[in-house]
Amino acid sequence: MDWINHLQTEVEDDIIFTDATTRLAYSFDATPNYQAMPDAVVAPRSTKDVQAIMRICHTYRVPVIPRGSATNLAGGTTPLAGGVVLDFRHLDKILEIDEKNLTVTVEPGCITGRLIEAVEAKGLFYPPDPSSMKISTIGGNISENSGGLRGLKYGVTADYVLALEAVLPNGEILKTGGKLAKDVAGYDLTRLLVGSEGTLAVITKATLKLIPLPETKQTMLAHFSDLDGAARTVSRIIESRIIPVTLEFMDKKTIEVVEAYANIGLPTDVGALLLLEQDGPSEVVHRDIEAMHAICLAEGASFVEVARDELHAETLRYARRTALSALARLRPTTILEDATVPRSEIAEMVRRIEAIGRKYRIEIATFGHAGDGNLHPTVATDARDHEEMERVEAAFADIFAAALELGGTITGEHGVGAMKAPYLEWKLGASGIDVMKGIKLAFDPYGIMNPQKMFAKAAKKRLVQGGGV
Amino acid sequence: MRQPAQLTSRMTEKLDYEELLGCMRCGFCLPTCPTYIRSKDETASPRGRIAIMKGVVDGLIEPDAGVEKTLNECLGCLACEPACPAGVRYSVLLEDARAAITEHKRATGQMDVRERMIRKVVFDGLFMNKANMETATGFLRFYQQSGVQTLTRKLRILDWFPDQLQKMEAILPPVPPKAARRRRSERLKATGQPTARIAFFTGCLMDTMFYETNANTIKLLQAAGCDIVIPDTQQCCGALHGHAGEQAGAVQLAKQNIEAFEALDVDYIITNAGGCGAFLLGYDHLLKQDPDWLARAERFKDKIKDFASILIEIGFLDRVTLTLPKQVITYQDSCHLRNVQQGALAPRLLLQAIQGPTYVEQRHADNCCGSAGVYNLLQPIIANDILEMKMGHVRDTAAQTIVTSNPGCHLQMQLGIQEHGTDSMRAVHLADLLAEALPHT
Repeated sequence: MDWINHLQTEVEDDIIFTDATTRLAYSFDATPNYQAMPDAVVAPRSTKDVQAIMRICHTYRVPVIPRGSATNLAGGTTPLAGGVVLDFRHLDKILEIDEKNLTVTVEPGCITGRLIEAVEAKGLFYPPDPSSMKISTIGGNISENSGGLRGLKYGVTADYVLALEAVLPNGEILKTGGKLAKDVAGYDLTRLLVGSEGTLAVITKATLKLIPLPETKQTMLAHFSDLDGAARTVSRIIESRIIPVTLEFMDKKTIEVVEAYANIGLPTDVGALLLLEQDGPSEVVHRDIEAMHAICLAEGASFVEVARDELHAETLRYARRTALSALARLRPTTILEDATVPRSEIAEMVRRIEAIGRKYRIEIATFGHAGDGNLHPTVATDARDHEEMERVEAAFADIFAAALELGGTITGEHGVGAMKAPYLEWKLGASGIDVMKGIKLAFDPYGIMNPQKMFAKAAKKRLVQGGGV
Repeated sequence: MRQPAQLTSRMTEKLDYEELLGCMRCGFCLPTCPTYIRSKDETASPRGRIAIMKGVVDGLIEPDAGVEKTLNECLGCLACEPACPAGVRYSVLLEDARAAITEHKRATGQMDVRERMIRKVVFDGLFMNKANMETATGFLRFYQQSGVQTLTRKLRILDWFPDQLQKMEAILPPVPPKAARRRRSERLKATGQPTARIAFFTGCLMDTMFYETNANTIKLLQAAGCDIVIPDTQQCCGALHGHAGEQAGAVQLAKQNIEAFEALDVDYIITNAGGCGAFLLGYDHLLKQDPDWLARAERFKDKIKDFASILIEIGFLDRVTLTLPKQVITYQDSCHLRNVQQGALAPRLLLQAIQGPTYVEQRHADNCCGSAGVYNLLQPIIANDILEMKMGHVRDTAAQTIVTSNPGCHLQMQLGIQEHGTDSMRAVHLADLLAEALPHT
């Protein structure tokens, strides 16, 4: 191919891979049923390399798919239209930890967990902690605006990105933001690039905000005989002006599956389980844990336990940490969604998910981040069973519609990618899609950046659910 | 590779599609994989390798040299297995894929003369038969004791061999005389009140080159109250065969070992080499084609336990006080003891119980050292990179004593000390160190 020959004259040979084995290894991400071979995998060593690659791809109209560790769950890093997968294995350095301004500057390929370790060694804290943080890269987290367990108290990735360096499709460099708490010079392009899923530009450097590391942390677990008790507890805690660092939820089905897999003595007659954690100065942590303990009991918790020490805390967290493993072992294919509702609607949303499961005769287990209304309805299925897969897809469409009806969204933290592109219009409406298309055109006139993501060829037809948004 | 269509059908036949489909590509295995950590290349990750195997079966790619290379570069340390949320048995996929490739190359005459010769000597000769192993070890002892080793080194004869072999030659342990290796009786009594009846799986390398370590293991088991049987008809576990795609040889050895142990009235079959123990645990997969043998393999594998775990379980630490001079000790996990036998805790408990030394855990003790059977001979560049990284973590602990629990790891750590360590460092098998720490009688 002409463009590959041209590319070989512009960058070093040893960063371009076109063999079938490599192309296959970069043909997928963590989304079930999405796979497509790229024409090449290119691993730039510098921003200059990225510029050279972009200029050539721009000229020859070759798709470019920036890829971190490909852990995303919406098909966002699958090269559906072929082209170049940009791999950041060489651009993975922590460039600077600035203890005067409390910032860290990194290259996009840096693993999030490594960054967190490095700043914590200096008594600093980078709170966003997606479950994949030991695997995923900062570049991927920024592109997907990843959330995590600490989102309720500390926010998501977007709340920590101060400045970005990115390469535009035409090869020009775009610099946004700075080590600044205040900056209103022009449109907020930093925020625009965060969560843009690689559809606008290639992020090559990021400066992130750090905060002081909390002094202590405490963990507690509560069982509830019914869903409503757990939901009322969540609402009461927030109403009492307590913002816990973790407020995780597991439904009855998830509890049953975890117990069947791990045999840890969870009572299976329990309707819901909450894992609560607070961090901060010890007197505040102690006070909040006591208050939450009292609320749990008042709302009918059948069992509440506060961790004595870190080892005990680990055992209390075990059920929640094991949820994905337990569900993943049920059937060959595991589909994990992330419909999100205002936290006051959690109980209603879980009930609707249960009803949808019954309607389509599929088993849906729901767990997730109760504090911020971000639920993970999870279906264990088999991608080879087409009839069942159709029912699964229909069920998820109903779940998205239900989330929207309750004032929620189709995706809280996984992103739109290819999988939810057909549903995006349900959330944004035609005008929202139009504005986004205009922005896309301004950045990427030839549509080479991560094609077939975010924008669907056609929006899914929405069945009227009664009410509506 | 010529005739790729044939290899595709061979792989399709051998590989369990359910297992391939079980990988949900979440990537939880990536940070545990030594070859991925080294290269950050998805073709060198467990997820990538599974996708590549599936890609061949699905007909997306041909099983070319690139496919073989990525499978060959896998250490087989299996750190990916405990990390996998979906419980994919990667070891089974890897061994079946490698067996398909080996069988295909042999059937289509694509194995070159050199590889055929090496495989014949190593797999059909050396490791297939205990007597041959003893003879070979006898040669090694002759080489070391007769002055030939000194002469060879003086004449720089080893310069003719690959660099990696030269390095390995320098660290081989002195082999004990055959007479000493023959004196052991088949039944040994516990010291004091018996607590368990066990059979001891000697292993082939462990019972020749590392005979002292076996003798020490037996001494510890006796001190812990074990009545011990050591059946003479046992053979090499077959791990080297299995990992190198020589499944027929592995099956034969598995059957011989099951026969050697199944009639014994014992509570456990004890191993002291992580690699052997893990392979014995996989006999059921190896013999799955034959229901009768499968049932026998399942009964056999239920009794397998590593010596450190049984020492802890039967109260060894309550019976003896262990003491050693002041020193810093660190432990290097045997991948298969940790990832397959779930035996990471017991060695640490034993080491921490020794009075005198300080135990310091090294960073990433659970990452493979790069030995991986004969991997360090076949893939010296990757193995040396991994070893260099490992020795950096060892140096950070300031340890003088690096404890291992598998012969391959033991040699590799010795190589590490030679290449990247200091004169005051030594590598020692857990059994040897514990024996040193026993009260002197």
